Amino acid sequence: MKLTLEQVKKVAKLAKLNLSESELAKYSEQLSKILSYIDQLNKVETSKIDPTYNVTGLSNAFSPDEIRPSLTQKAALFNAPQQDKGFFVTKGVFQEE
Amino acid sequence: MDITDLTLTQTIKALENKQFTEAELNSAYQKRIGQVNSSLNAFLEVIDTNSGIPVGIKDIISTKGIKTTAGSKILSSYIPQYNATVIDRLIAQNVSIIGKANNDEFAMGSSGENSAYGPTKNPWDLTRVPGGSSSGSAAAVAANMCVFSLGTDTGGSIRQPASFCGVVGLKPSYGRVSRYGAMSMASSLDQIGPLTKSVADARLVLDWISGPDEYDSNCIKKRLTTNDSRFTKSLKGLRVGVPKEYFGVGLDPEVERVIKAAIKQLADLGAELAEVSLPHTEYAVATYYIIMASEVSSNLARFDAIRFGSDRGDFGAEVKRRIMLGTFSLSSGYYDAYFTKAARVRTLIKQDFEKAFEKCDVIVGPVSPTVAWKLGEKVDDPLKMYLMDVYTVPPSLAGIPGLSVPCGFADGMPVGLHLLGKYMDEDTILSVGEVYEQATKWHQEKPKL
Repeated sequence: MKLTLEQVKKVAKLAKLNLSESELAKYSEQLSKILSYIDQLNKVETSKIDPTYNVTGLSNAFSPDEIRPSLTQKAALFNAPQQDKGFFVTKGVFQEE
Repeated sequence: MDITDLTLTQTIKALENKQFTEAELNSAYQKRIGQVNSSLNAFLEVIDTNSGIPVGIKDIISTKGIKTTAGSKILSSYIPQYNATVIDRLIAQNVSIIGKANNDEFAMGSSGENSAYGPTKNPWDLTRVPGGSSSGSAAAVAANMCVFSLGTDTGGSIRQPASFCGVVGLKPSYGRVSRYGAMSMASSLDQIGPLTKSVADARLVLDWISGPDEYDSNCIKKRLTTNDSRFTKSLKGLRVGVPKEYFGVGLDPEVERVIKAAIKQLADLGAELAEVSLPHTEYAVATYYIIMASEVSSNLARFDAIRFGSDRGDFGAEVKRRIMLGTFSLSSGYYDAYFTKAARVRTLIKQDFEKAFEKCDVIVGPVSPTVAWKLGEKVDDPLKMYLMDVYTVPPSLAGIPGLSVPCGFADGMPVGLHLLGKYMDEDTILSVGEVYEQATKWHQEKPKL
């Protein structure tokens, strides 16, 4: 299938990627080509086939509910680009855009 | 004797026999790294070790206190605060980390060229790619810069660079090795595994790093076993499946000649050959690129420049491309047509292997349709690069183990024989690999650097 520039812009927004005009044009062309290749999957009859999301067959693998040592506050914040009084500094939620 | 030529098992024995000390071992590897790393760009970070068994670790695997960039600008100053499970297990075996190995950014690539820190070069020919995404891990072992290395394999990222660089590479069954601490790329496919100088080494390292881990709930409880009645000298009684779909259009004739000679050698060693069919092979790359990209778009959402890392604009072109592809295939209106459709075809690919394994114990074929290509040759055409994964992605989708063993040369470049086993049966492919290796001299060939 062919992806229009508008569709690519929408996908970039969903993916939180700020793409330049030239990137948008490039991905529109490249993703269209890749999706056209992927469209060959439509030739495969799958109406009676269950999807596979995990090959181990494991489900509900629980661990015991107990308190154990974890990262210290200092270690958890070590790589934070910005921190304040022992907290991560986040972007504003309501002021965006 | 050059210490850096020795395999892991030989090194352990030499240390036990006091042929050299750990300090001498480390200084020999440090010296070698000093000689060749600037031309290969295999290690991004070299650690000044003087004890333990020196190994290389792909830079996507977390190492406490040692910078781990995943080959990305977005993590250019990231220092993990904990070790991956595999790292703790190696340290318990007296292993020391001598280098963090270059890789395609977040393990996305088949050539090593997608690293933000420049491409790794193939030790056999500096104008060629080493394969990817575990590019530095493969080049470092081939160039004797470490005793062995760890890589990760999502759709071929251990096996293909191992094949291109003439070393042994093992992708274990999905669930065999804990993924805890390896940065997630595609969670239903990712596995950590060894790149080594011999098949026996791969078995030993797998034994060290595998086993249940409470930090990875997909890691199975059953331990790796070595069957006493496994093949040791002859392959009599072994049934080898040769899939006709792996010898079709696109396979380089020189590579085909080398692979066919290797298969004939397996027969000469006593194995019985059987033609098998994996009819959905032609859909594997399309299936893989939807499932992988979808999981990538979800996993890489964590890079929000709040807890770690820089702005998302710092992702490279291939990473952005896959996030875009995955976000599209998971988006409203396209989810069923792309993501669910691919997951259904994945079931058929998995069933192909289950049916084929009714007629054989291992499946053999090429790892890659060609030998290592020239640097820059495929960077402008992503789809062309994706199609090179045609033999490595089907077993990844099925979750089964795959081993690349050096089996000859085409146009002067190494070729790997791909040995595929049943789910959780690494033992058989490793023992077949060991028998084949002992009967040939390919693994002793070293690049002239």
